[in-house]
Amino acid sequence: MKENLNLTLKVWRQKDKNSKGGFEFYKAEGIDNAMSFLEMLDVVNEKLTKEGKEPIAFDHDCREGICGTCGAVVNGRPHGPRRGTTLCQLHMRYFRNNDTITIEPLRARAFPVVKDLIVDRSAFDRILAAGGYVSVKTGCAPDANTMIVSRENAELSMDAAACIGCGACVAGCPNASAMLFVGGKISHLGLLPQGRIEAKERAVNMVKKMDEEGFGACSNEYECQGVCPKKLSVSNIARMNRDFIRGSVD
Amino acid sequence: MVNAKIPDGPLKDKWTLYKNSAKVVNVPNKRKYHVIVVGTGLGGASAAASLSELGYNVKVFCIQDSPRRAHSIAAQGGINAAKNYPNDGDSIYRLFHDTIKGGDFRAREANVYRLAEVSNNIIDQCVAQGVPFGREYSGYLANRSFGGAQVSRTFYARGQTGQQLLLGAYSALMKEVGRGAVKIFPRQEMLELVVIDGVARGIVVRNVLTGEISSHAADAVVLATGGYMAVFYLSTNGKSSNVSAIWRAHKKGAFFANPCYTQIHPTCIPVSGDHQSKLTLMSESLRNDGRVWVPKKVGDKRKPAEIPEDERDYYLETRYPTYGNLVPRDVASRNAKEICDEGRGVGGSGLAVYLDFAGSIAHLGKKVIEERYGNLFDMYECITGSDGYKEPMMIYPAPHYAMGGLWVDYGLMSNLPGLFVIGEANFSDHGANRLGASALMQGLADGYFVLPYTIGDYLARAGFGKNATNHAAFAEAEQQVKDRIQKVLNQKGKKTVAEFYRQLGQVMWNNCGMARNEKRLTEALKKIPEIRDEFEKNLLVPGTGTDFNQSLQNALRLADLMEFAELLARDALYRKESCGAHFREESQTPGGEAQRDDKNFCNVAAWEFKGLTKEPTLHVEPLEFKDIELSQRSYK
Repeated sequence: MKENLNLTLKVWRQKDKNSKGGFEFYKAEGIDNAMSFLEMLDVVNEKLTKEGKEPIAFDHDCREGICGTCGAVVNGRPHGPRRGTTLCQLHMRYFRNNDTITIEPLRARAFPVVKDLIVDRSAFDRILAAGGYVSVKTGCAPDANTMIVSRENAELSMDAAACIGCGACVAGCPNASAMLFVGGKISHLGLLPQGRIEAKERAVNMVKKMDEEGFGACSNEYECQGVCPKKLSVSNIARMNRDFIRGSVD
Repeated sequence: MVNAKIPDGPLKDKWTLYKNSAKVVNVPNKRKYHVIVVGTGLGGASAAASLSELGYNVKVFCIQDSPRRAHSIAAQGGINAAKNYPNDGDSIYRLFHDTIKGGDFRAREANVYRLAEVSNNIIDQCVAQGVPFGREYSGYLANRSFGGAQVSRTFYARGQTGQQLLLGAYSALMKEVGRGAVKIFPRQEMLELVVIDGVARGIVVRNVLTGEISSHAADAVVLATGGYMAVFYLSTNGKSSNVSAIWRAHKKGAFFANPCYTQIHPTCIPVSGDHQSKLTLMSESLRNDGRVWVPKKVGDKRKPAEIPEDERDYYLETRYPTYGNLVPRDVASRNAKEICDEGRGVGGSGLAVYLDFAGSIAHLGKKVIEERYGNLFDMYECITGSDGYKEPMMIYPAPHYAMGGLWVDYGLMSNLPGLFVIGEANFSDHGANRLGASALMQGLADGYFVLPYTIGDYLARAGFGKNATNHAAFAEAEQQVKDRIQKVLNQKGKKTVAEFYRQLGQVMWNNCGMARNEKRLTEALKKIPEIRDEFEKNLLVPGTGTDFNQSLQNALRLADLMEFAELLARDALYRKESCGAHFREESQTPGGEAQRDDKNFCNVAAWEFKGLTKEPTLHVEPLEFKDIELSQRSYK
């Protein structure tokens, strides 16, 4: 049902990486519940701009849940209350009139705040550059159907490859661990024959880089799986550990 | 006249002959060359990775926080290739033929044939990278028929094919970054192209985090910055998609070809209110099992379930008995608009038509429909709160893909030597209408298998060492950028970027959208400069230019879109014929279909910038069809 909401937002504001941040309160009034969460922020920002104030900075791009750019911790949960949904796909019908909504960046030591709700997730790129690929060069691939893959493995691989690199798993984990992200990539490639050849070095190099970047360890809280907008399973972490141990003993 | 430099020889041998005669840079010399790639979508990422593997020094720039976020990631349906794995008669020629015909005979034969030719290599490459394509129980690759194609040539990774292909190209790129061969510059926006003595020599970028302006020089610049559909304000493109890189290049001398070819995708979720910030596409594969209808009566506000069969108009099935609900995108979109203009649209706004699965669910069972489209039904429910299994979905067309772009020759080089343009940013392969699952094919074809050869030919001839930024042209370009920024910040007017943007979008959608005519286009050419005039006087952008200022970023992008909008309208006015997605109401068949005018418009319109207040100069590239007969498209 169409409804207009009046909300109070408690939003983390921080000028830049080196400044101290803090919460500020804003009124969001007459919010159409058909809006997405980000559209609600657009409305608030438009009002702030009109008042000559700086709008709330937040990252976003595709607004259809696939680019992984957006994300904030809403009422203590990365991407907000609805399971398997990115912030841009969360709609205001999941909130009630007069709610107070707390909005914070995806916090982690390895994700420094850049401004307001925006964090620096470049650590993820560096982890992937350490081994998240198959070392095949353009032009040398044989006919695609010479590499057959059991349907079961192809499906499991796709489940893991669905990761959008948003960082919710890190922000949701009490240890700020990146193991679901890393495990996802290791499973995606390791479940395919073309990815097996480098599986051990891949696991060792990516895990090493992950530790260097300041992410924490896994203590089986399963929070990452719970907040993942693409519902990646913690079994990917087990697969990562298997390849890592094999790679470490060799 | 522009010279496309298409190699001589029979169509099927042209690419081979080109490669045979192309110059190559010898191996140890490659590292002496510097190449800049702007954009990290399918085209940019695949090009950067491939060029680095060859040994060139590559710098890559993107506006997102990571190269993995480019909007190629949002493509759902699939990627075409002429593998003929299903044994259903596909071939390179057939893929070429379908693409030319689908583009309504407004693409270059030679380019399209090459695209079809390298399509198979793309699939091989992606599988080797670990792209998890859908597979049969046998373990072999699965194919489906897509977008009305008569053969099953589309490879897919669930409804996330763009994501998986992009992650493949990104992994190839990160492999090169990891070994220190490519340097990536995320959150950097290209704001100027630097041209010295008519040759592209570098770019000026702004670090959006710090506001720092810097120059980068190279022996060649590759633009892979995507299309310009953001000009409509509401589109299926990501919020950071914009026209700035190619528009800046255009203002520095690169020709802009066929900007009026804009694809409006038929199966998108309708607008829900004024707050709408973007439109979401649902894969057109839905039309395989969904039936499109509206009430027969104007203003019928009953719930869909209360409308009996004989009071429903399944208008695509009655108007196009052969193709029915599977008519191409442009035809489906135009018909939805007509129906809604008649007042028979549904939903709160009246700007929607039903896409009904009740029949298919009754016939095949809910489980089958769930298996085929489960993720799309979930997405629909997530956005609208409505269950597509229980009541018909509502859909409406939305701006989706730009077939036009910077003019390039057969080697993907613009008329400015040293400036290459690939993927959606160029104009070359889709003619006046792009077929489903062909955008991914083109982006990767350009980046993996075409550009690495053609850029080598150019570099070998041009020589190396032009990578210093001490030329006065760089300082000048930097100053131009700083002035533009200051101009925006100094205004302190009353209207926000979003207000101006909506205003522009409305004019573009109403006057230059799905159906165009001389009167409305002329009106657009009057209205756009009016909006721009006010935009230059009454804009309100808070904050400064020396830190992370998203309002400033948006204002700079909008300024370029405002200028570009006029060129789009002008091109649409010039092209008096209807072709593909460009529908001029003055040029239709008695049955209301697009009527081409091959006598006068079998060409590419390439525009040269002459100043904002001056008319651009038109350069016409005639199109010749030697291997395929010009025919009227008919889907009746």
